[in-house]
Amino acid sequence: MLTFVIRRVFQSALVLLIVGLVAFSMFRFVGDPIDNMLGQERTDADIARLRTDLGLDQPFPVQYVKFLKGAAEGNFGVSYRQGRPVSTILVERAPATLELAAVSGFFAITIGIGLGVFTAIRRDGFMANMIMSVSLIGVSLPTFLIGILLIYLFAVELGWLPSFGRGDVVNIGWWSTGFLTASGLKALILPSITLGLYQMTLIMRLVRSEMLEVLRQDYIRFARARGLKERSVNFRHALKNTLVPVITVTGLQLGSIIAFAIITETVFQWPGVGLLFINAIQFVDIPVMAAYLMLISVMFVGINLIVDLLYFAIDPRLRVDQKGAK
Amino acid sequence: MSDQTSQSAPKSMFARAWDSDFAYNFRRTPVAVGSAFVVALLVLSAIFAPLIAPHNPFDPASLDLMNGFTAPMAANEFTGDVFWLGTDDQGRDVFSTILYGMRISLFVGFSAVLFAMVLGITLGLIAGYVGGWIETIIMRAADVQLTFPAILVAMLIFGVAKGITPIEHQDKMAIWVLILAIGLSDWVQFARVVRGATLVEKDKEYVQAARMIGRGKGIIMLRHILPNVLSPVLVIATISLALAIIAEATLSFLGVGAPPTQPSLGTLIRIGQGFLFSGEWWIILFPSVTLLSLALSVNLLGDWLRDALNPRLQ
Repeated sequence: MLTFVIRRVFQSALVLLIVGLVAFSMFRFVGDPIDNMLGQERTDADIARLRTDLGLDQPFPVQYVKFLKGAAEGNFGVSYRQGRPVSTILVERAPATLELAAVSGFFAITIGIGLGVFTAIRRDGFMANMIMSVSLIGVSLPTFLIGILLIYLFAVELGWLPSFGRGDVVNIGWWSTGFLTASGLKALILPSITLGLYQMTLIMRLVRSEMLEVLRQDYIRFARARGLKERSVNFRHALKNTLVPVITVTGLQLGSIIAFAIITETVFQWPGVGLLFINAIQFVDIPVMAAYLMLISVMFVGINLIVDLLYFAIDPRLRVDQKGAK
Repeated sequence: MSDQTSQSAPKSMFARAWDSDFAYNFRRTPVAVGSAFVVALLVLSAIFAPLIAPHNPFDPASLDLMNGFTAPMAANEFTGDVFWLGTDDQGRDVFSTILYGMRISLFVGFSAVLFAMVLGITLGLIAGYVGGWIETIIMRAADVQLTFPAILVAMLIFGVAKGITPIEHQDKMAIWVLILAIGLSDWVQFARVVRGATLVEKDKEYVQAARMIGRGKGIIMLRHILPNVLSPVLVIATISLALAIIAEATLSFLGVGAPPTQPSLGTLIRIGQGFLFSGEWWIILFPSVTLLSLALSVNLLGDWLRDALNPRLQ
């Protein structure tokens, strides 16, 4: 167990180092930072001074270590476009993305598991078949088209919900939240459905197939024979045993929710980190791109690590196997 | 005697292909025939766009600003011109822009998959056949890349490439950068499958025989192993094509893809989104429907191909 954990942590650190190297190379070789930071009226003395100030005259490995140190302290330099520290901008934008991701994740997990169990129990029912067919279409629709479709229906035609932005936000310290105002909550609905729909269908299909597999097994029949209530059989016995693959996929999907937030945030002009990243690409704002890359890799690698470690917490068989192997 | 020879005369290539299990399976699967038909129709109309399109949307001389915002199948109030699918704000015929846009979407999609395929097959063959530290490096790189969603990788590559190209070439280069970005984000699938299949093949007798007669590593990989690992590659290529078309549309929709001077379907949808609120629904609806039918039918074709080529299901 311990060797496994150590090896996994070591692997994660290695991935982060490689990504850091990529981010640093972007920083160092795409465009000239000096060009980007100094205006038209610069002298050779200015250039030389900035070069020393930024440490650009030092050898590559030294610069890389300095970059990693800075990144670990949350210092990613100054945005070329906004002229402000990247870390400040990221802190400003993060709450919007995290709230959106949290709501879509919650939506995807609850509705996904609920519908998955429902379609598995009523396998041949009309509603269950309907849900399965509709979910096929949901998987093939590109995210941005779903967003546009929802905007057209609920914002343009019906006029019920706003089509862009976060509505009114309340500031609690540095965190700005949309959860506390009516307009903020209304603004969350369409983007989180757009973002969570794909994950929801994925979780639903997975739960359904796992449930169908489990419901065939002897211990379920035995539980029924003992006269347990149907609800207890379905949820306490069957669902519980489908959770290992569901948690894996859900965990990995949480990472994609953050990444795909880029698309949803652009469709709904949601002022989060994803929109910031797209604007950074359009204007080749390298410090913002590098910082986003580092941030999202920490998130992805972290989630993968946690999911792997969770296996042990959830599935006692794995622990036994490991002991047996020793 | 002469009767017999005419009886057993080898059939033509076409007749043999028609009689094969593969073709039989195809004919008996309505979904496959239907989606193949849609794909063929869309690809052909994209190829022959200059002949089919009633207008050339990129020729400013053929545009009339008075024709702007004409609804589908309705006569324009100023000029009396009728357009099948209406016009956009600049009086461009939506039907023609879709045909030309599909050309770019398909070109980027096909080229990106081809690029990913060549790269993935090469690296997969080398990793599987040569092994050693080369294999470790290739497969570790694949693992790291697989940690991130392909679309994110493509965006990053696009951003970096944009930073490297000088501003005056950016619009011209955008299509090629897009192909590079989507291709590089997609090679891992091919490399993994080819490596796996190569590991199985490399110890079989025909490979040992080739080694015995002194054939070089390159020749063995290309002439002997490659033909035997191609059928799973074909399946991945079809599914990758659908993904690449959607990835291209997504990037262009986000404004980090095909420029407005060379609009793909995604760029057209991006442009159309601006007119959603003012009621010009046709500018966005028709490109979206085209994109959807293209992606969906390629996907269905890929699903069928996967089942048809899977020996376990036969």
